[in-house]
Amino acid sequence: MTSLAPGPPVGPGTPAMPGPILAMRGMTKRFGPLLAADSIDLDLNQGEVLALLGENGAGKTTLMNMLFGEYTPDAGEVRIRDPSGNEEVLPPGQPQAAIAARIGMVHQHFTLAENLTVLDNILLGTEPPFSSRRSRRRARARLHRLMEASGLNASLDVRIRELSVGERQRIEILKALYREARILVLDEPTAVLTPQEADSLFGAVRELVREGLSVIFISHKLREVLAFSDRIMVLRHGRRMGEMPTSEADVGKIVRMMVGEEHAGVDRSPGEPSAPALVLEKVSVPSSRAQRALFEVSLTIHEAEILGIAGVAGNGQSTLAQIISGLLQPGEGSISIGGKNVRRLTPARALREGIGRIPEDRYQDGIVADMSVAENIVIERLDSPEIQRRGILRRAAIATHAEFLIDAHDIRCPGPHARTALLSGGNIQKLILARVLEAQPGIILANQPTRGLDVRAAGEVSRRLIAARDRGAGVLLISEDLDEVLALSDRILVMQGGRIAETKSRDRAVIGAMMTGGSVG
Amino acid sequence: MIDILQIFLSESFWAASLRIASPLIFGVLGALLCERAGVLNLGIEGIFVVGAMTGWMTVWLGAPLPVGVLAAAFSGALFGFLHSVLTVPLGLSQHVSGLGITLFASSLASFTYRTALPQVSSPPRIEPFRSLDVPILTDLPFFGPVLFQQTALTWLALILVCVVWWIMDRTPLGVALKAVGDNPEAVNAQGLSVIRLRMGAVVVGSSLMALGGAFLTMSAFDAFFFGMVNGRGWICIALVIFASWQPGKALIGALLFGMFDALQVRLQTEAGALVPPQVFLMMPFILSIIALVIVARRADYPRALLTPWFKGQR
Repeated sequence: MTSLAPGPPVGPGTPAMPGPILAMRGMTKRFGPLLAADSIDLDLNQGEVLALLGENGAGKTTLMNMLFGEYTPDAGEVRIRDPSGNEEVLPPGQPQAAIAARIGMVHQHFTLAENLTVLDNILLGTEPPFSSRRSRRRARARLHRLMEASGLNASLDVRIRELSVGERQRIEILKALYREARILVLDEPTAVLTPQEADSLFGAVRELVREGLSVIFISHKLREVLAFSDRIMVLRHGRRMGEMPTSEADVGKIVRMMVGEEHAGVDRSPGEPSAPALVLEKVSVPSSRAQRALFEVSLTIHEAEILGIAGVAGNGQSTLAQIISGLLQPGEGSISIGGKNVRRLTPARALREGIGRIPEDRYQDGIVADMSVAENIVIERLDSPEIQRRGILRRAAIATHAEFLIDAHDIRCPGPHARTALLSGGNIQKLILARVLEAQPGIILANQPTRGLDVRAAGEVSRRLIAARDRGAGVLLISEDLDEVLALSDRILVMQGGRIAETKSRDRAVIGAMMTGGSVG
Repeated sequence: MIDILQIFLSESFWAASLRIASPLIFGVLGALLCERAGVLNLGIEGIFVVGAMTGWMTVWLGAPLPVGVLAAAFSGALFGFLHSVLTVPLGLSQHVSGLGITLFASSLASFTYRTALPQVSSPPRIEPFRSLDVPILTDLPFFGPVLFQQTALTWLALILVCVVWWIMDRTPLGVALKAVGDNPEAVNAQGLSVIRLRMGAVVVGSSLMALGGAFLTMSAFDAFFFGMVNGRGWICIALVIFASWQPGKALIGALLFGMFDALQVRLQTEAGALVPPQVFLMMPFILSIIALVIVARRADYPRALLTPWFKGQR
């Protein structure tokens, strides 16, 4: 782990009042047979940053959703102390009560209306039904001050649907800050920020903490947790496993508490790149409502190589991924696969040419949520004779095949016929990976493959990608997590403003500067 | 040869277009409100019938015309409430509920009419809305007859276009309405009630639909008879898509349809000998389909249309 530089000031917050500002007692929530939260207690002091850690499905988000009134708990209560020292019990299941108590939440799954502008989304619910234009102007001015103070910049009149995932995340944070939250819940806030942006976010939040804000912070990035939090609490399988002051914590200790075993780091031997597998030559795409522009992007993925692309969301990575998936035909430039020129790359052609695709938005583009696990596993090869005979699906063969892959990839699900929507994010990603690797692709497009996954699941995905490389596949790894790019890539490209530049450097600061447009030329 | 140009230049053609468009304006606005909130309301056809019957009967029983209008709006709100209970908190299929409302509402309206008037052979008449005849303005060339000799209900329709536009585009309420049809979770996370917003939109939208029906019996004609709505509700559902869920474009769509219809009547009288009248009757519908094909390919549906929302569901 590299150090967070320039690191924000670290240290215990200054408790202004005795006793916790927030006390959750015996919080319990069931979803059908699943006990998502099992009698969890949580205390938060004023001016403190509490990090909530645990694997995917450990109950962190469920707990926070109960705090925010989005889920009604089956048992337990939430007590809040207001600034004058009075304690009150929050009525369960009412977001408006949580907002009135000035609890702000930045959700992991965005709660933005895509057909509205940034400003409308931020103001949603803060104004009376028929407020004047003047109050809107005041709100706009206040937001500009807030953006300046927090370093989170956004253009207020753009519609959300024109923003990338990373940009949307920033709006979510801004939205919570605009509501003057006393208690701020950040559910993986930095999953899509650059290291510099994350540092500046933490700097801004630190400043607010010094002024009395209390923060609950969910993250899978242990480096961040160690640098930013005052106290760490670990959940596992819906139960509270323990807590410790951050000053006494280290990575090994946390991971042991989270998964009950020592975490095996990703072990990477250098690859042995050979012949070019996929070559893009001066590919350009004009900008439009649906996509960011690309300017003469040239890159070569060799066999047995992981080519990492670092960059901030919204700099053309999605467009590049769409071209390689065959979803988008470039305006100019050429693509060749395995040495031969491909004039028109369509999704079907991409599959035939052996391009395995791990899409950025796994829920939207990776699976059909209402179909079963088995159906999602075979969906890319429905014409194969193992799957169907004379147009009739071979259901037994599909189920057996699915069971085999569920075992091999440790996909946690009730069975091959379970609805895929019931799976957690990590398991959906394992399913997609199983489907892609099963086809033994020569080229793998991995777009944000570990976004939102916990340490164990992310490590599993990384190891599988390295194994595929060692088998001879060329892997294009697009990630906003610079640590991941550094850990996995044989070569690194940086994408900024639709252009691409190669770097030999492995220095976080150098690459970070290139990502923000510092020295890409 | 028929002089089409002459038709387009005549005042009566434009006055008729606006008159024919009026009930559609009410209907499109109503459907648009419901759909912006994420609820398709196929009860529209039946709600038109109920509105037409209720408005007419209230006046026939002796109430003044404005009371008839209010009664019609209230009857629409009732059926809208029924639809919203079924589709919003209960989350039932919006198609099935809407079609059910249409069958139920139109049958109930006809049943009530027949029970109240078992014997009559020709429908009893009421004194309908007269044209406003605004002094001075009525005497303007062209605009006078086209705009200022319409009834109060046509003017109400035009004013409602502005009101709905203003609410949707200029007020926080409108922002919340558009948000709830796009991503209900965003609305819930801000502490607003998804259920109340959606139900409110359906109730208000349905009362507008009923006003479209009331226009037929209280302004266009002076009596209620079976089959008088004649698919106008369905036209509105198509016009909403044509309008991309925007009130201004909804007005344009309704006017276009009104023009086609006014045109076919005039062509029928001029060329009726050459072409069978059914061809002209089909014209507005065929032209609507063509217009829809051109526009709807780029239609930008509210993302949460037809999707029920339940609190705290994964």
